[in-house]
Amino acid sequence: MRKLVFVLLGVAFGIVMYKAEAASWFRIFEMFSFQSFHMYGFIGSALFVGVIGVQYMKRKAKDVDGNKINIQPKAKSIPRYLIGGIFFGLGWALVGACPGPIFALLGSGVFSIIIVIIGALLGTYIYGVIRKYLPH
Amino acid sequence: METIYGTWPWYIGGPLVALIMLALIKLGKSFGFSSNFRTLCSALGAGKSCDFFDFDWKAQRWNLLFLFGTIVGGFVASHWLANHQAPPIAEETITTLQGYGFQSAGKSYLPPELFFNLDLKNILLLLVGGVFVGFGTRYAGGCTSGHAISGLSNLQWPSLVAVVGFFIGGLLMVHVLFPFIF
Repeated sequence: MRKLVFVLLGVAFGIVMYKAEAASWFRIFEMFSFQSFHMYGFIGSALFVGVIGVQYMKRKAKDVDGNKINIQPKAKSIPRYLIGGIFFGLGWALVGACPGPIFALLGSGVFSIIIVIIGALLGTYIYGVIRKYLPH
Repeated sequence: METIYGTWPWYIGGPLVALIMLALIKLGKSFGFSSNFRTLCSALGAGKSCDFFDFDWKAQRWNLLFLFGTIVGGFVASHWLANHQAPPIAEETITTLQGYGFQSAGKSYLPPELFFNLDLKNILLLLVGGVFVGFGTRYAGGCTSGHAISGLSNLQWPSLVAVVGFFIGGLLMVHVLFPFIF
């Protein structure tokens, strides 16, 4: 039953990403050109609801199994987030989609996105192999 | 019906994504899409050659179900909730893109010049872009969902550093590298 909930949440996510155009290469280019408020409004309004929701849940709510809401804090450092982030940003702007939308596009029938997925798996593997040599 | 078939405005899309994140937290999970790439590497057997992928990937099956749902959602949105949706991007953006040879700007969801004309250059661009996405998200420990939405909602400053990085990379690509690429 809970498995179905995860699938349905994914369906909702895929629909929203496609319909609100976070999966459009053109919207991502427009965002990095600062020529429209659309994507900033999207992320900003997500954060408005997200910050209030997360802060409330951490203080007052329990999860469905009755456990306290416990969100792992991110490890504190700068290099991995900054350098890793720059690499991701280069890829995001080039393929015009971040990981979630990449899979929404696959469902929409853009089969060339499979090349991006293969690349992303390859990139993840490369990270796994060379991570001990990278600053974190 | 026009409101369903057209572009969903940001003030609908953004809050809905936040609600999906909150639902995952309620279910005792966290919203982070790119970790699926690591899970998939592990499921494909990468744990045999690299210990980073030697973990109990089956514990992450819920996220693969979410990923499967995302694919279905993309199908539903494009086939049943849209009729050749073309993002109404800014006029200046269209002009700039036409300068790069993207005549489809403002007329289609994605540029067919990049996604539906698979010559060697485009295949390499998509592959290299994918490598950057995969390498960068794992190095930074998250993507737009894990850092820009989840991390910032939890007021994590490392996520803000990551988002600054995303923008440095994106601006570099669009403003410095695009003129050489397109």
